[in-house]
Amino acid sequence: MSLQPYASPIERIWFWVFRIFCGLILLFLMVPVLVIIPLSFSDSSFLTYPIQGFSLRWYEQIFSSGPWMDSLKNSLIVAPLATILAMIFGTLAAVGLNRADFPGKGLILALLISPMVVPLVIVAVGMYFFFANLGLLNSYTGLVIAHAVLGVPFVVITVNATLQNFDYNQIRAGASLGASPLRVFFTVVLPQIIPGVASGGLFAFATSFDEVVVALFIASPTERTLPIQMFSGIRENISPAIAAMATLLILLSVVLLLVMELLRRRSEKLSTHR
Amino acid sequence: MTSITANHTATDNQPIAGLKAQLRRAERMKKIKAMLLVAPLALFLVIAFVMPISSMLWRSIDNTEVGSVMPQTAAAILDWDGQGIPDEAVFAAFAQELRESRAGGGLGRIGRRLNYEDPTFRSLLTQTLRGLPATTEVTWTEELIGINARWNETSTWLAVQRTAPTVTDRYLLAALDLERAEAGQIAKVAENQRLYVQVFKRTLVIAGGVTLICLFLGFPLAYLLATLPTSKSNLLLICVLLPFWTSLLVRTAAWIVLLQSGGLVNSGLMWTGIIDAPIQLVFNRIGVFFAMVHVLLPFMILPLYSVMKSVPSTYQRAAISLGAHPFAAFWQVYVPQTLSGIAAGTILVFIMALGYYITPALVGGPSDQMVSYYVAYYTNTTNNWGMAAALGALLLIVTLLLYMVYHKLVNQKQLVRS
Repeated sequence: MSLQPYASPIERIWFWVFRIFCGLILLFLMVPVLVIIPLSFSDSSFLTYPIQGFSLRWYEQIFSSGPWMDSLKNSLIVAPLATILAMIFGTLAAVGLNRADFPGKGLILALLISPMVVPLVIVAVGMYFFFANLGLLNSYTGLVIAHAVLGVPFVVITVNATLQNFDYNQIRAGASLGASPLRVFFTVVLPQIIPGVASGGLFAFATSFDEVVVALFIASPTERTLPIQMFSGIRENISPAIAAMATLLILLSVVLLLVMELLRRRSEKLSTHR
Repeated sequence: MTSITANHTATDNQPIAGLKAQLRRAERMKKIKAMLLVAPLALFLVIAFVMPISSMLWRSIDNTEVGSVMPQTAAAILDWDGQGIPDEAVFAAFAQELRESRAGGGLGRIGRRLNYEDPTFRSLLTQTLRGLPATTEVTWTEELIGINARWNETSTWLAVQRTAPTVTDRYLLAALDLERAEAGQIAKVAENQRLYVQVFKRTLVIAGGVTLICLFLGFPLAYLLATLPTSKSNLLLICVLLPFWTSLLVRTAAWIVLLQSGGLVNSGLMWTGIIDAPIQLVFNRIGVFFAMVHVLLPFMILPLYSVMKSVPSTYQRAAISLGAHPFAAFWQVYVPQTLSGIAAGTILVFIMALGYYITPALVGGPSDQMVSYYVAYYTNTTNNWGMAAALGALLLIVTLLLYMVYHKLVNQKQLVRS
């Protein structure tokens, strides 16, 4: 939208009111993310502006503290495993869903997406009772399974979207040239859908890395993940150590955003090349 | 393919019919292969997702506590007509099974269940258990009434009778502030005990309010993003996507920092002279709205943006050139073309807002907690699993109904920008 040279004064006013309104919304979106970063470098133990002096003591504190490092380690164990599980299950299912029509397909698709929709607390309570019976409560296995369930819909959706442009004649071509179905998948299909698989994986990873509710219910202090540590930190007393960890997490989200953008470009390139 | 050619010679006398059969078989094989690919995930979700949730939902009507600890009593008392007191057989079975319930934690289970009927039941049970005679050659009706006269009251036994069937509607009714009166008809609970209808209303009000604010803020921004040249809009899109990718906890913490009494918002308002003293902006409804709108706004903007990208601006310009007021052209020509995006965004945000737990727990006060909070509370704090399951079931029903509407309205690939 741009201002036409022949715009009337009222249109000009509208244009600027609209622009300023949008600017305020963008400010609203960005300020909370930006405001916490400088506070992590404050030497005061209160999270308030103006900042008196700068120091790295809060970073030192989280990197030398047992609970913070343990919870980070736990999240770094659980999130990648859950992501891999979600990527394998999700990719297979998305390929299957696109391959052919079969009875009950719509219902199955709804089932595969539903973990994204069902309120987390219901998933958490359900898994709490169910995992207790299976002996999976307070275990890494239980947590990985739970987070894989929550991550799977993202992989199904993104891979499904990438497959919309996929030309299935390539599979036939591969097969007619004598390649086994597995070889066709790895050399023909996978390279083309990898942006979808990877971006779904990123979503799954971010979900696990930010998931509090289910972990609160099914994990014991031994498997305490980073989000739980953050949650109890915020609830008890919100110290600049939280701001320091928040800054690191914002850095992570910048990385995720950049990788996502690269994947999007690559996916666009792939579809224009055809 | 190769098999069709090979078989072609074999069925040469009926080539067309043979080919058709081959084709059907190939199609069927394709379908089976496709289903086999979907099967692992479907199975995984059925075991790790559907079964946990359905077994939780079962708890909302599950009434087997007393029946499993006192099977004979439960069977006997179901035949009682509810007049006076039950006959000796019920008393005898009850006394016998009460004595046996001490082993294996059965007493605790029935005590907890009967306490939901009457909060003094657990102590009645322990007192009765202590007073039971060692012999069995007694009239149990007299013995029990001798220990506590309450065993001579119809209401005591009616309470026991209500715990005897395998299923009950008490939790689901209680989740709607209803109960079964003595005679069995459904009635509202006493005024001072009503809570959940208000909690559901509050949940709907917060979710609805957040959705409306998100639409009000998201629509203009999505419109700006969709109409700017790509190079500029990509830059602004980062401002939407960075918060989107940032941890929910980070953003919630940031809002506490911003809104607290010494925070930037209060300082800013005092500096401009709008207020003289800091006002309470967090740990109340205002804080909940700020944080929830911030978290959910990208989920409104992204579907709107993807729809608006595909709406050509030519119609709107045509309307203006035909003499329509720019505002009318916008409202009557442009907005209707974005309805699918509006529907997708609003339902998505509303569904997500309904189940919120963490954000209200951190930035809200006691009177801002939504249904999810009570589900968690009953599971963790009071172990009243029937109540947790009943509240969860109602929340789930509302969510799934909305999800079905959403599924009908939008293609699921619009959910994620890939």
